Amino acid sequence: MINLLLRNTGRFVVLVLLQVLIIDNIQFSEYVNPFFYVLFILLLPFETPGWLLLTSAFLLGFSVDLFEHTPGLHASATVFMAFFRPLVLKILSPRDDYEPNTYPRIYYYGFVWFFKYALILVFIHHLFLFYIEVFSFSNFFLTFLKVILSTLFTLVLIMISQYLIYKK
Amino acid sequence: MKNLIRFFIRFHFAIFFIIFEFISLSLVFQYNHYQKAKGVSLVQNISGYYHSKVFSITEYLNLRETNQQLAKENVRLNNILQQAYRADDIFFYKQDDTLNKQRYYLTSAKVINNSVNKKHNFITLNKGSEHGLAQDMAVISGDGVVGVIYDVSKYYATVISLLNTNLKISAKLKKNDYFGSLVWEGKDYRHATLNEIPYHVAIERGDTIVTSSYSAIFPEGVLIGTIEDFKIKGGNFYEIIVALSTDFKHLTYVSAVSNLKKEEQKELEGTFPND
Repeated sequence: MINLLLRNTGRFVVLVLLQVLIIDNIQFSEYVNPFFYVLFILLLPFETPGWLLLTSAFLLGFSVDLFEHTPGLHASATVFMAFFRPLVLKILSPRDDYEPNTYPRIYYYGFVWFFKYALILVFIHHLFLFYIEVFSFSNFFLTFLKVILSTLFTLVLIMISQYLIYKK
Repeated sequence: MKNLIRFFIRFHFAIFFIIFEFISLSLVFQYNHYQKAKGVSLVQNISGYYHSKVFSITEYLNLRETNQQLAKENVRLNNILQQAYRADDIFFYKQDDTLNKQRYYLTSAKVINNSVNKKHNFITLNKGSEHGLAQDMAVISGDGVVGVIYDVSKYYATVISLLNTNLKISAKLKKNDYFGSLVWEGKDYRHATLNEIPYHVAIERGDTIVTSSYSAIFPEGVLIGTIEDFKIKGGNFYEIIVALSTDFKHLTYVSAVSNLKKEEQKELEGTFPND
């Protein structure tokens, strides 16, 4: 239990630092802003209670906000995404539900399952984030293009990271 | 009471969600009124410290470009000096006259954080209130307009970049002084849009756009860019696409301009009866 807590806290810190120190400093293009830190929410254990899920999502988003001078923006998007996590997990659950002592990883549930799971949640996060940032529908398609491209890029980073870190 | 508690336990997930969204969205909206919202200066000091560390690394990577920029600036300054030498008595007389006191005072600063790919881009400078920087001062570079200071802490300042959809700048055509307002549409960091120039004015591609004298923030005549394209919008006004002269992707050294007469101008203008 303590081990689990430590591991998740460590992941939290590493992901926030990775985001603000490295990824934010690489300006790929105007249309591609990957937000890799959302991986933290994806990797939380299945049994995470709802209040803890939302609280950690808020803290995660807020820590990123502090460095990006965007108070509330990432926090709201991350909380929004975390809100949908239980629902997405329910929709994607295997026939005989998630087994105990497993985590949402490629290792346990396969590439396709993890890809779908990540795609839906990352898309929700980016959609909310970019539209709140612009706060208008005036450049609807431009923003939508941004959402799509950034989602794809974040997904690529997430999938690569899964293969780099959790080898069999 | 029991029912109430049961209700909270049953819907705690949704309730938590609503509370967190409320907090974060109200932060976002408060921040959108960027003039009213004061930056959190503690946070600024921390992130300013971190950005200056990062900058000290990237500074080395950009040395070549910075050298070029400085060399160019040197050439420009030398040119001005030679002109001054020929027209000697214009530049070297002493002003005792109280009417002609110095109006603008420039402080140089380094850019330690910058972005061009958001809707609301901000720049962080390595100087703050300790060096005389204050809110609402103009920031310019050797190439042209950069932005307006948003908030200062002791050793750092944040600047609303011209590449921020919240910033509007009063701009005019250099050749005939017609003025309009310049905004960035949030699309591409090389271009901004100049509105409110009436349709009867003759304009051409390549005309120079500079700051107007109507804002108490920017000195008159600071270069903004040149007209790249224009079309007529809504019948009476042009929508002019301006190619910005400042390249925001490699900003290193900028100057903050304090208008020493701003208070006086604002005070006088504040007495207009209709607002």
